Amino acid sequence: MQSEKINKPDINIPPELQSQVAITTLDRIYNWSRANSLWPMMFGLACCAIEMIITAASRYDFSRFGMEVMRPSPRQADVMIVSGTVTKKMVPQIVRLFNQMGEPKYVLAMGACASGGGPFKEGYNVVSGIDKFLPVDVYIPGCPPTPQALLHGLIILQKKIEKEKLADAEWYKKDFYEEIPVPILGPDLLDPRKYHLFKKEIDTTTEELVIESDAKGEEA
Amino acid sequence: MEDQIFVSDLPSLDTLYPGKVTLDTRSGYSGFIVPREFLLEVSTEIHDVWGYDMLSSITGVDYFPEKMEVVYHFYRSLGGGALVLKVQVPRDDAVVPSIFSIYNGAEFQEREAWDLLGIKFDGHPDLRRILMWEGFEGFPLRKDWKEAYYEGDTKPFSSRWPEGVAEHSENKNIFNDNVKYPENFDPDKWIASGEEALYLGLQKSENGKDMETESIVINLGPQHPSTHGVFRMAALVDGEEIVDLKPAFGYLHRNHEKIGERNTFLQNMPFTDRLDYISSMSNNFGYALAVEKLMGVKPPERAEYIRVIMAELTRIESHFMSTGFLLNDLGAFFTPALYALKERELILDVFEAVSGSRMMCNYFRFGGVVRDLPAGIQETIKNLAFERLPGKVDELDQLLTENEIVRSRCMGIGVLTAEQAINLSVTGPILRASGVPYDIRRADPYSIYDRFDFDIPVFYHGDVYDRYLIRIEEMRQSVRIIQQAITQIPEGPVFEGKPQYQVRVPAGEAYGRVEAPKGELGFYVVSNGQANPWRYHVRAPSFINLTSLRQMCLKYKVADVIAILGSIDIVLGEVDR
Ligand code: SF4
Repeated sequence: MQSEKINKPDINIPPELQSQVAITTLDRIYNWSRANSLWPMMFGLACCAIEMIITAASRYDFSRFGMEVMRPSPRQADVMIVSGTVTKKMVPQIVRLFNQMGEPKYVLAMGACASGGGPFKEGYNVVSGIDKFLPVDVYIPGCPPTPQALLHGLIILQKKIEKEKLADAEWYKKDFYEEIPVPILGPDLLDPRKYHLFKKEIDTTTEELVIESDAKGEEA
Repeated sequence: MEDQIFVSDLPSLDTLYPGKVTLDTRSGYSGFIVPREFLLEVSTEIHDVWGYDMLSSITGVDYFPEKMEVVYHFYRSLGGGALVLKVQVPRDDAVVPSIFSIYNGAEFQEREAWDLLGIKFDGHPDLRRILMWEGFEGFPLRKDWKEAYYEGDTKPFSSRWPEGVAEHSENKNIFNDNVKYPENFDPDKWIASGEEALYLGLQKSENGKDMETESIVINLGPQHPSTHGVFRMAALVDGEEIVDLKPAFGYLHRNHEKIGERNTFLQNMPFTDRLDYISSMSNNFGYALAVEKLMGVKPPERAEYIRVIMAELTRIESHFMSTGFLLNDLGAFFTPALYALKERELILDVFEAVSGSRMMCNYFRFGGVVRDLPAGIQETIKNLAFERLPGKVDELDQLLTENEIVRSRCMGIGVLTAEQAINLSVTGPILRASGVPYDIRRADPYSIYDRFDFDIPVFYHGDVYDRYLIRIEEMRQSVRIIQQAITQIPEGPVFEGKPQYQVRVPAGEAYGRVEAPKGELGFYVVSNGQANPWRYHVRAPSFINLTSLRQMCLKYKVADVIAILGSIDIVLGEVDR
């Protein structure tokens, strides 16, 4: 049993009760139960998704860690395992899926592609890692990461969850609402959060022009 | 019997059409050059008279700055070599007549050439972008088009390690991302073109019914548990019945070809692993064959045997997987798949032992394989081939083939006739399930397949059930091949010559094709004598097999579409490349 994990260590429970009674904090029991029933989203992008399926299948079987319930619907999932290359054409959908997940939610970047673009980074349709759009909790290296590596990543995520505190959980705060703007497919991928950069570019060029023409005027 | 045509006969089109068709005489090249005015005439002739009924591949080559070339590979469904036609057009007027009306299989391939190379196909019914989105700027495979992270035309780039300090491409871009925009682009004025074209393209059925019913559009994917990845389709349904259906691609378009043309020849090998990521060994095989054709090398005996063993293990592994997932799609969620995946793991263990990686093997080299089988693996393969796998294939067969639900969900569903299949360029198990005994291992033998004793299974109903049966049967035949190969395998070297990082590839073109688990996998490689391929095109079987999806789904129910898609067995890495 994991009672050591639940029990608050500094409280002494009489030995005869130890297997029946646990004295703990709300944080601990809350995190313990959450971390051990993570529901990943059934969502595969590329080659890494195959290893993700294998992790769910016979030999590796991540239901041993309380994760067997994979849900295709984002509304029912806690973890998004970004398993593969994020392309520009796909990223609007990924952001939308993430927005639709209920809090608390976590993102796992599985493999080189999801972490930073991977072997296809230079491609014209490839996003250099999902962290350009979504907040990533755990990065798993590999191309593809072996099932053991994915399991390791998930266990790290569980550890992270166990450290969280109810008191400063963002998602219970009033007015907590964080939606990531969905990118748009323009002549290239358009990120609404970066629109000001276009303005800046145009501004600086005109400024330079002004300065240049001023300089010319002074000379004349 | 004077007008009998033999499979080995290649029509001498240049004498049949004097003054119109000429022989391609560039050194290292073959086939015929046809002016675009005569393309339809010539292709009708070779289709109707000469029996070249299968269009294998269409692609374009940008011979910057002179001209654009469209390359067609035709085959006979009876077997034999390729007939290659080429049409040359100026780069600024790249218009070619569409051969869709003769070969329906041209549909997606012509769209792809339009999307990536900007070659317009006159008369194509639905010439839209296919892999990129409508509104994307430029034609990325043109040689003068540069991506946002452009560093140089060919690798290895010197810029990667300036004074030993790694530099991220993002930091050079003002948007800190892999994007670039036309000059003076204003995002506030941009109106995304959306998906109207896809939805409006769906055709309402004409046949009169007694009752007026309203048809609705159903969108499936790209995030859907049974599309096997990020595949998407839009279907027009009338009640439960499919009236029209259009697939939408590109959600995993990773620019294999553009990256491949920057890479050196050898650097492309690991990229081929990621095409059909379930069967990386077969992909290696096809690419190695194409480049070996150009280089004129032949692998030593032992390497040939190892290649065949690996390719057949891949076929078994891939068919296990596709059978398991077909059952998933039918609603038997994961139990049959678990049985299948258990066996697949054993094969992956072999791959890991020989290549170091479970999925991305990167094991073949031009002129052999990268290293010999490690000690003990030969025994493992023997065990698998003689003891384990035959029984396990039988087990799957016993569990599923007579199952009442499998039979009622699969029999008579998604029927594709032999004529339709050939005309739609379908290859692999789907073609053979429609009654066409076409398998490249027999029809146009490569490597050492002519030495082994095996059958090409054929079924005749062309439905989902037959496509399932054929995979079970093919696994048995693959086991037979492995049994023979592993007993006959000689000792000796596994690589011809000295391993080199930079291979010398003479100028010319080559088309290497193998019978991959999903169908005909072809690599069209053009070299100009440099260290990098000038053109690197992949004829991806599951992409082209999807041309038949609409035909298979018409008149069936929505739930059948899932089963039909499962029976095609697509892998998105290969569909979108
Ligand atoms: S990291 Fe490697 S295995 Fe994973 S999706 Fe990218 S290319 Fe495929």
